[in-house]
Amino acid sequence: MTDVGHDRPGPVAGRGGVKEAAAAITVEDLRVELRRTGHDIVADIGFRIGPGEVLGLVGESGSGKTTAGLALLGHTRRGVRIASGSVRIGDTDVLRLPPAALRRLRGGLISYVPQDPSASLNPAVRIGTQLLETLEAHGFGSGSDERRARVTELMAEVALPTEARYLRRYPHELSGGQQQRVGLAMAFANRPRLIVLDEPTTGLDVSTQAHVLTTVRDLAATHGTAALYVTHDLAVVAAIADRLAVMYAGRIVEEGGTTAIFDQPAHPYTRRLIAAIPHLGGRRELQGIPGRAPSPGSRPPGCFFAPRCSMHVPACDDGQPALREVVPDRRARCIRAEEVLTLPPPTAGRSTTADEPSTADAVLRLRSVCCAYGPVQVLHDIDLDLAPGECLALVGESGSGKTTLARSIAGLHKDRTGEILFDGHPLEGPARARAQDDRRRVQYIFQSPYSSLNPRRTVGQAVSRPLEIFGTARGREAEQKATAMLDLVSLGKNYLDRYPDELSGGERQRVAIARALVCEPAVLICDEVTSALDVSVQAAIVDLLARLQRDLGLSMLFVTHNLPLVRSIAGRVAVMSLGRIVELGTVDRVLRDPRDAYTQRLLADTPSLETASA
Amino acid sequence: MIAAEVPTARRRRSFVTRGVGGFIVRRLLLGLLTLFLVSLVVFAATQALPGDPARAILGRGATPESLTALREQLNLNRSIPYQYTDWLGGLLVGDAGTSLAATRPVTELLGDRLLNSAFLVLCAALVSIPISIAIGAYAALRRDGAFDVSSSLITLVLAALPEFVVGVALIVLLATTVSNLLPAVSSIPPGTAPWADLEGLVLPTLTLVLAVTPYVVRIMRASMIEVLESEYVEMARLKGLPERRVIWRHALPNALGPTFQVIALNLAYLAGGVIIVEFVFNFPGIGGALRDAVSTRDLPVVQAIAMVIAAVYVLTNLAADIATILVTPRLRTRLR
Repeated sequence: MTDVGHDRPGPVAGRGGVKEAAAAITVEDLRVELRRTGHDIVADIGFRIGPGEVLGLVGESGSGKTTAGLALLGHTRRGVRIASGSVRIGDTDVLRLPPAALRRLRGGLISYVPQDPSASLNPAVRIGTQLLETLEAHGFGSGSDERRARVTELMAEVALPTEARYLRRYPHELSGGQQQRVGLAMAFANRPRLIVLDEPTTGLDVSTQAHVLTTVRDLAATHGTAALYVTHDLAVVAAIADRLAVMYAGRIVEEGGTTAIFDQPAHPYTRRLIAAIPHLGGRRELQGIPGRAPSPGSRPPGCFFAPRCSMHVPACDDGQPALREVVPDRRARCIRAEEVLTLPPPTAGRSTTADEPSTADAVLRLRSVCCAYGPVQVLHDIDLDLAPGECLALVGESGSGKTTLARSIAGLHKDRTGEILFDGHPLEGPARARAQDDRRRVQYIFQSPYSSLNPRRTVGQAVSRPLEIFGTARGREAEQKATAMLDLVSLGKNYLDRYPDELSGGERQRVAIARALVCEPAVLICDEVTSALDVSVQAAIVDLLARLQRDLGLSMLFVTHNLPLVRSIAGRVAVMSLGRIVELGTVDRVLRDPRDAYTQRLLADTPSLETASA
Repeated sequence: MIAAEVPTARRRRSFVTRGVGGFIVRRLLLGLLTLFLVSLVVFAATQALPGDPARAILGRGATPESLTALREQLNLNRSIPYQYTDWLGGLLVGDAGTSLAATRPVTELLGDRLLNSAFLVLCAALVSIPISIAIGAYAALRRDGAFDVSSSLITLVLAALPEFVVGVALIVLLATTVSNLLPAVSSIPPGTAPWADLEGLVLPTLTLVLAVTPYVVRIMRASMIEVLESEYVEMARLKGLPERRVIWRHALPNALGPTFQVIALNLAYLAGGVIIVEFVFNFPGIGGALRDAVSTRDLPVVQAIAMVIAAVYVLTNLAADIATILVTPRLRTRLR
């Protein structure tokens, strides 16, 4: 098992390691650090990508994946500098280039596709101009006619209209998916050797995401362009990447072929990460990773993952383990990697089946509910029952009306007709017009825990405030109840006096859950509560919600765009499209045997580990 | 999301409610309403001034008979609503009444002075706007550098100084004690165009420029910094555009929008601030006229000047909004 060279023949030769000579890009020993303190953000980064190959750089927020991606273009954000290392394309070392040569290289040999196309296209410049200037800056072709022809060709390649009228549009006149296609066209404009994609599908609907992913794959393969795909989404990476590099706390902790890693991870972090992502295939409990990744400057002396690792042994704290070849074409930064490899696949989990609940005594009954924003009707004749103690998932893409429906149940959307019966009596449209007890018993958790908590209130105040408003308890009694509730969401008593900005995203969302549950609601509405969180945190939150829902007998409406997530929490699912419920049934039935054409398409477009490795 | 996809553009609407033209028409109507409200306030305020205009004109030695006769002549004994409608009706046809002190039409009395003041404000604007935009943008590009730090400090100090202090300081420095390069007073004889004596204009213009520039510099710097940190500027650099194009095509136009608003506020402020500066330099503009009119209870003149300044406010704000719309495509789409 020792001393296996790079030039080995292997069973995975097609997706295998890239030979030095053939590599489109070789990164070695890259280190990027904070200018002020000298603490590294990423260090010891090295990989190769072959022509036409896609390398997925995976990590959670703060892992340094974007920093590493930008460094390939010789670029850093403010206050950060590239300290050492080399990024070689052919004979050129990107990091040794003088500024003028570096400018010519960017957008020429190496191009970049940013995360948020709506923010990275200039709002005041027509998209045609933005494409043309990319070609002009690199002296593409011999004249403006040739460049115009190239723009037309590019627009066709990314499946956008090619006519002049469309090119005269401003970015805000395009949808998010169209904007990202323009971003892709721009990146491929000068036929680069390497393209760095920084989470280009975050914020896009699954069907749009599927189109963008296909486009990237096809373009990379057709033009022999190497691609670095930076993302936090393992399911996406499984769909697009030939090889994977997993990052944790500024280091690559594992690298190898995508399928091989998903089948048999060699690093405990990778293993936990895979266990944290929801699967379409079978119902199972998600396992989060407790604790959080150390930030630059506060990393432990030994293995950075050691404090959170379930396989931790004393030897882990004796210095940073090296990234070493464990088996052919697999490198891992763990002293127990051989053991990790032999563990059973992380996909196994407890399986549960849910029966169709009886809705005869539904706690919430919606009849012909319609909603409008001004003259535009966004919900059409919604009929829906929520049984006591049931978790119903409401799934749809953006614009499907799922959040509007959730908000109108909570009384946050005024312009509503039809009937919402709660415990047999109708609820008024606006929450303000409802009886106090109705308001208390229908609770809402918002998408972003960063904006739903008042930054000037401590956690204790935030959680005990509803008790005072509803007159349930005050003073010491309220504080005791708040403490008990914080215990229930796995936040200790010592969180009482902390302010939201001292908490991580996951901790904040736990506070928001505690604030909703302290009211002892009958119905809990969760609006995309995990979409702003990392996968390992998402898993922990979903696990918590599922447990609380079961233990407290809550009726829960779980709004999400993430279809696989539904498996892990809900019994029934309602699929929404264009303001209507197009399909309703048990999660098992709908995911196994979707009957509506829209649900079928949604399922087909949803990237997941199973479809990728199949 | 769904709302955006509904073809609102196809709904038929009249010119008045559509496009940039409709926007201007609507804003002009609103401006007229503003001026009407201002006229009410101005008229009420001048009525509330203590003292009797007739006595102020005729002096302490006037006989009761002559006072009565003058009040009759000036309509001062009519009801207040009559006086107001009479005055407003006159304004609408360009007749601002007769000056009580000079017994000449107000328009004739103010004509030259308005031109003088307008020319002074125009000079100050033409000098200060490009300079402050350039300084602000350059400071943002050299953020935390020597130029940025020193320009921040200087603009902060200037912003804290009232303009009469600046004016007096300039006189001391350039026109009297320290050096004698420029005239300390600007006298434009009646009937002469203000541009006939450019030398006399330098110090008043400079004072106004120094009063206005700090605010525009600071907002331009802040707005430019925000734009330079934006993802689209980062993207423009990452696709290898020359720095010159990144700044001129991608950064500057987006930084100008917010700056236009501040420029408008400052121009409107200039129209009022000119009064003090004119006093310092004895400049024959509306500032001097206003001061004289207040001291002689010459109500028609006071009212006319107040209305002119209000109109300047309305028009500059409108101009700034139009300019902002022209550099912001998103706003243009919304108007369509």
